Amino acid sequence: MSRLETIGLRAGYADVTILDKIDLVIPDGQVTILIGPNGCGKSTLLKNMARILKPSRGNVLLDGKDIHTLNTRAVAAQLGLLPQGPIAPEGLTVRELVAQGRYPHQSLLRQWSRADEDAVNTAMRTAGITDFADRAVDTLSGGQRQRCWVAMVLAQDTGLILLDEPTTFLDLKVQVDLMELFTGLAHDRGHTLVIVLHELSLAAAHADHLVMMKAGRIVASGRPDDIFTARRLKDVFGLDANILRDPASGRLVCVPFSARRRVEAAQ
Amino acid sequence: MNQMSAPAIVSHKLRAWSGVPALLLALLAVFLLHIAVGAKPLPIQTVIEALTGFDSTNFDHVIIRNLRLPRAVIAIVVGASLSLAGALMQGVTRNPLADPSLLGLTSGAAFAVVVSTALFGAAGLALIPWIAMAGALGAAAIVYLIARLVPGGATPLSLTLAGAAISAFLGAVISVIHLLNQDTFENLRVWLTGGLAGRDIALLAYVGPWMALALLAGIVLAARVTLLAMGDEVAQGLGIRTGLLKAQLLAVVVVLSAGSVALAGPLGFIGLVIPHVVRLYVGSDYRWIVPYAALAGAAYLVSVDIVARIAIPPREISTGIITAMIGAPLFVHLVRRRTR
Repeated sequence: MSRLETIGLRAGYADVTILDKIDLVIPDGQVTILIGPNGCGKSTLLKNMARILKPSRGNVLLDGKDIHTLNTRAVAAQLGLLPQGPIAPEGLTVRELVAQGRYPHQSLLRQWSRADEDAVNTAMRTAGITDFADRAVDTLSGGQRQRCWVAMVLAQDTGLILLDEPTTFLDLKVQVDLMELFTGLAHDRGHTLVIVLHELSLAAAHADHLVMMKAGRIVASGRPDDIFTARRLKDVFGLDANILRDPASGRLVCVPFSARRRVEAAQ
Repeated sequence: MNQMSAPAIVSHKLRAWSGVPALLLALLAVFLLHIAVGAKPLPIQTVIEALTGFDSTNFDHVIIRNLRLPRAVIAIVVGASLSLAGALMQGVTRNPLADPSLLGLTSGAAFAVVVSTALFGAAGLALIPWIAMAGALGAAAIVYLIARLVPGGATPLSLTLAGAAISAFLGAVISVIHLLNQDTFENLRVWLTGGLAGRDIALLAYVGPWMALALLAGIVLAARVTLLAMGDEVAQGLGIRTGLLKAQLLAVVVVLSAGSVALAGPLGFIGLVIPHVVRLYVGSDYRWIVPYAALAGAAYLVSVDIVARIAIPPREISTGIITAMIGAPLFVHLVRRRTR
């Protein structure tokens, strides 16, 4: 039994179908990574699963119930979302930003509790941003800022965490650090993560469950070892690449090449 | 680390609340002063007596109760309303330049009142707030529609530009009505510059409760405005129904803007400047900005109205002229600070 799944999901505008026949089961306590070329619908799928877009057909089930029929604030206590490229209001401090993640747990009468306080401190420690808790978010570097947003979602204290391209525009080192943080959340603390990612090697290295999408459909899903192959990358992305295995970590690495160069080298 | 940060946040919360008593005290002080000054200066002692133990045979008490108190209360309500409305709009539109007058709400309300006065003569007292509200809502709808037609949709920039265009247009139409209709002009001349002189206490009794309700709703919704200011998707992810929240906030802002216009005419710059001044002290969380903006806006307008009343005796300057004269340079200063 999985907490989050989609059944026959379909989404799109008037004539344009963005998603079609999406049946996806998100394994609990694992990192699921969605990859696919630009415009393949992976972000749309994530937003449908996060209930901020409504599918035209099919359902997203959270604990077996249609997520779009549930109280959205109650869902927010179960499922956190970090959208693409969020912007903090000018001057908002790191602590204030992270504290916003507690909103689903508060009410008019119960404004700020010990539990809120603890969750915010824990989230900031996990994301490694405690040192600049009182600085304004907009004065930080891109990598630090992204850590703040991750901390906000962590403070929300949800079993399910959905992240839309959380590493885009960041240095490789920062990308790797964030991915390590995410896999740690899944493997050490039992969170379930769904991440939309652009970096193929990063996806292959960190996914427990890899989902490849093309033109609104799921083309392949499974363990990277099983589906992250040169032929699939050619099919899904139109990308010519070799898949190598890093001898040290045992992880798969995607090395793109130019078809022309290869012919030249062979001659 | 945890032990370090726990007291830090406690002191942060304390600091966040600590300004409230100070502001309340300042408001009380300018409120009493506002009542005391005027053509016949009265000692503060008398003002307090009139407010606590009213004596109808005492002429000073009668002046205070019937003439000066209503004006002071209107200044408080209008100052708080415009400032709070401006703070909410800045959060929702993610636009630091948003305020009721920039997005067309004030001119829409003024326009509706002027047109109805030109067409039907002095409109019934009870109708003015509703006419103003319809005008504000109509202008807001037009501004929003224009902004949506712009490629890229209703962005902060397109909203501001559409608001400025509609405000200018409505202002021009108001001028034309003035030129064509001398009577309307005479009736509304002072009102249109934004003034608190000779305001009717009956109108306050009529719109006051609505505005008080809207102020309260604005403060309750304030924490959610911070979430909205982080983007619709972030807010939705945290369990906010953004469409509903925006509609609620629009209702609050329209009631406050239209009520203020009905009570005091179109007063500019309060909704723009006060929230920015407040930010310097309480930071960027609307949970704090909104209530502080209400208090500071009230104290500010009462102070400005004191100046309006005593600057060139025995005459009076329109309050709106002073808010613009103080507000405009203050605004330039704030913009320079931000861009540095």
